[in-house]
Amino acid sequence: MSKFVQIFATRWGIIVVGALIGILAVLLQKWGNPANMGVCVACFERDIAGALGLHRAAVVQYMRPEIIGFVLGSLIAAHAFKEFRARAGSAPIVRFILGAFAMIGALVFLGCPWRAALRLAGGDWNAIFGLLGLIGGIWVGTLFFKGGYNLGRSQTTHTSVGWLLPLTMLGFLVLMFVFPQVPGQDKSGVLLYSVKGPGSMHAPLFLSLAIGLIIGFLAQRSRFCTMGAIRDLVLFGQTHLLSGFVSLVVFAFLTNLALGQFNPGFANQPVAHTMSLWNFGGMVLAGLAFALAGGCPGRQLFLAGEGDGDAAIFVMGMIVGAAFAHNFGLASSPTGVGPYGIAAVITGLLVCLFIGFTMRQKTA
Amino acid sequence: MSAIVDATGLSCPQPVILTMNEIKKLGRGEITVVVDTVTSRENVSRAAAAQGWTLKGIVEEGETFRITIAKD
Repeated sequence: MSKFVQIFATRWGIIVVGALIGILAVLLQKWGNPANMGVCVACFERDIAGALGLHRAAVVQYMRPEIIGFVLGSLIAAHAFKEFRARAGSAPIVRFILGAFAMIGALVFLGCPWRAALRLAGGDWNAIFGLLGLIGGIWVGTLFFKGGYNLGRSQTTHTSVGWLLPLTMLGFLVLMFVFPQVPGQDKSGVLLYSVKGPGSMHAPLFLSLAIGLIIGFLAQRSRFCTMGAIRDLVLFGQTHLLSGFVSLVVFAFLTNLALGQFNPGFANQPVAHTMSLWNFGGMVLAGLAFALAGGCPGRQLFLAGEGDGDAAIFVMGMIVGAAFAHNFGLASSPTGVGPYGIAAVITGLLVCLFIGFTMRQKTA
Repeated sequence: MSAIVDATGLSCPQPVILTMNEIKKLGRGEITVVVDTVTSRENVSRAAAAQGWTLKGIVEEGETFRITIAKD
């Protein structure tokens, strides 16, 4: 088993995992998920917030099984390799706020780093501005790291603490079985289901769940992280995680080509807008928030699956942030940024700067 | 006698930052980094190797790993 561990921790290991994520994500698009959105952690957590009725944007409501699979797949991997360790207590409220603003920034761009990569791989050149913003935000984050920014130590805690987010996800899955989607109906029991728009587009439940479990398992083993990919390059000159991220883009692109899903251009891209400045600005905010919280949204789900209660709080922050984003008109749509999206990005950046400048803790 | 870096409970990328700071401070010698996740163990080992330091050994003590790295 230890040999298996080493395989995924190697450079080839992470390249293979990135490739698999890229291929599976594009296949999910073929099987029903929205275009250039085979897997998008921000979009899918936003859809979950919608399915729960935390926001009422009728076009983005679906309990995405991929997200449930990510957490549970990571939980399975962490237990199989004896890496599950319940821990919590490293500035939880800060992680919640960072999660909320990370989501708001991502929804101004319309995608998390994973989707930025998938959009690029699908020929949506607007994603270039989003990725540049992501790099910019993470770069600012590394300046704070160099200045001593630190959210403090977590503590080992009761095993059940680490189980709470995985159990919550399991509960969401149970809700999907108890209140299954009824074609043409926008509600089934307590769950909301989009009848049109991106929320209505999804691969079959068990396929989504299975692929989510596979990705969750592999990502836990390889520590796949899109924010870490850029951070480690800027901060340490390391390209280990970056090779996984690049592999995702390359293999998603090749799969798109093979399936005839590559449509290059700026205009009329699926679930995207062309306001370059705010594609950039939204991702500066998201990138900075991910950097300050220590992981991209996918990585936060995998960490939560292996018992990290602080990462779980970040996830909850993202779901609540999505609710605010749609209730307050902060999220963008294909026509452009929402009425208060720009104000929210500026507010979020100020909050992140406040956190970055004031939270320096001696770790010695 | 090796320098000790306690990175227990710290999340990514703090264990690597603390290790790199100590590596820069000492230049050579021996450093023991204490971490408590397998991810941090891998990251610290990888970062040290990239700086030309040799991994002397990893001792598992309960919930923690003591990673000893050295450079002559």
